[in-house]
Amino acid sequence: MMNYPSQTMLQGVIVEEEIRFTLVELCQACRADFGQLVELVDEGILTAMGDDPQGWRFEGSNLRRARTALRLTVDLELNAAGVALVLDLLEEIEMLKSRLRQSGLR
Amino acid sequence: MEFKDYYATLGVEPAATPEEVKRAYRKLARKYHPDVSREPNAEAKFKELVEAYEVLKNPEKRAAYDDVVLQQRQGGGFKAAPGWDSGFEFSGRGDSGHSDFFESLFGRHAAESARTRPGDDHHAKIMIALQDAFLGAHRTVSLRVPRLDAQGQLRMQDRQLEVNIPKGIRAGQHLRLSGQGSPGTNGSPAGDLYLEIGFAPHPRFRLEEADVYLDVPVAPWEAALGAGINIPTPAGRVIRLTVPSGLTSTRKLRLKGLGLPGVPAGDLYAVLSIVLPPADSEPSREAWRHLAAAFADFNPRLALETP
Repeated sequence: MMNYPSQTMLQGVIVEEEIRFTLVELCQACRADFGQLVELVDEGILTAMGDDPQGWRFEGSNLRRARTALRLTVDLELNAAGVALVLDLLEEIEMLKSRLRQSGLR
Repeated sequence: MEFKDYYATLGVEPAATPEEVKRAYRKLARKYHPDVSREPNAEAKFKELVEAYEVLKNPEKRAAYDDVVLQQRQGGGFKAAPGWDSGFEFSGRGDSGHSDFFESLFGRHAAESARTRPGDDHHAKIMIALQDAFLGAHRTVSLRVPRLDAQGQLRMQDRQLEVNIPKGIRAGQHLRLSGQGSPGTNGSPAGDLYLEIGFAPHPRFRLEEADVYLDVPVAPWEAALGAGINIPTPAGRVIRLTVPSGLTSTRKLRLKGLGLPGVPAGDLYAVLSIVLPPADSEPSREAWRHLAAAFADFNPRLALETP
């Protein structure tokens, strides 16, 4: 039976603020392969800094987008363009909900 | 163990064609997908859909399942079909376990090969209290994770972690715990564990990114004449807030830097709204009459009268 290290206080790192992923790291974090993530970059769903995939760096906020995009691709059998549209609409809905919350309407 | 009627889950007849199965799945998946659905039980419902579709879209699995349905109808109960525990590709949704029923039919995820590779990264979601993000906190996080045992069988195992919640973390952000994912094979490094942070709803404060909103009721005379009032802050203090005079309807006051800590820190918004005292006694009704007399010229519906 595999055992975990004994109980010590774990110090995490906030992905969205402190981490920049390489393509390899983002693939590992999302359990995706290169091809899937390159397609998401080509579709504008993920934002890569740098010129070629070897040198790409991704801001931490790409983790959430990548995972959501991959779930939608598999579960709803959508192509990259469809996923991009869904993500844009979800973002817009979130923005509208946020306005409602700010006004105390919900 | 509960028998699963996969046809009923997808709402199709047992004689449905593969196209009908696919159409039914896609329609329901759009409705219940946890990323897009507003249904309260979306996640549980969606897991059932995925499991049903996984079986019914695959001709071999569907045949095996139909066999079990037949046995069931003949009163034999259902038994695991021999030889069904290997050779299948599973979709890799590592964190959305199958039902016991499914596993009794098709077995569990087969053991990974023994080649050297780093461990998988894992994801989990935890809920914290608003105060935790203001003050920082130590939390014990309980997770149920699939682990391979010595026989290469996948079993669910409880796991407790002591995690330091950093001050200033926001809803939807992820905390990465290095080396807390799956162990690597043959001495290669373990994967990481990602914890997605959610906030338990707070009875008073609403969060919007780094900003915090608080509804603050004020009396009509406080709104008209101005006042100094006490309000609670999310960090647990009480502060003095100056209500400006001449307030006539809802107004938002910004208290800079009193939202979630960070660089930059968020703001605290006091949303002032005027609350009328009840007119439930003769003296209070008399007071309203005095007010009406003093404001004889005030017409709240002026805008309605000019076409």
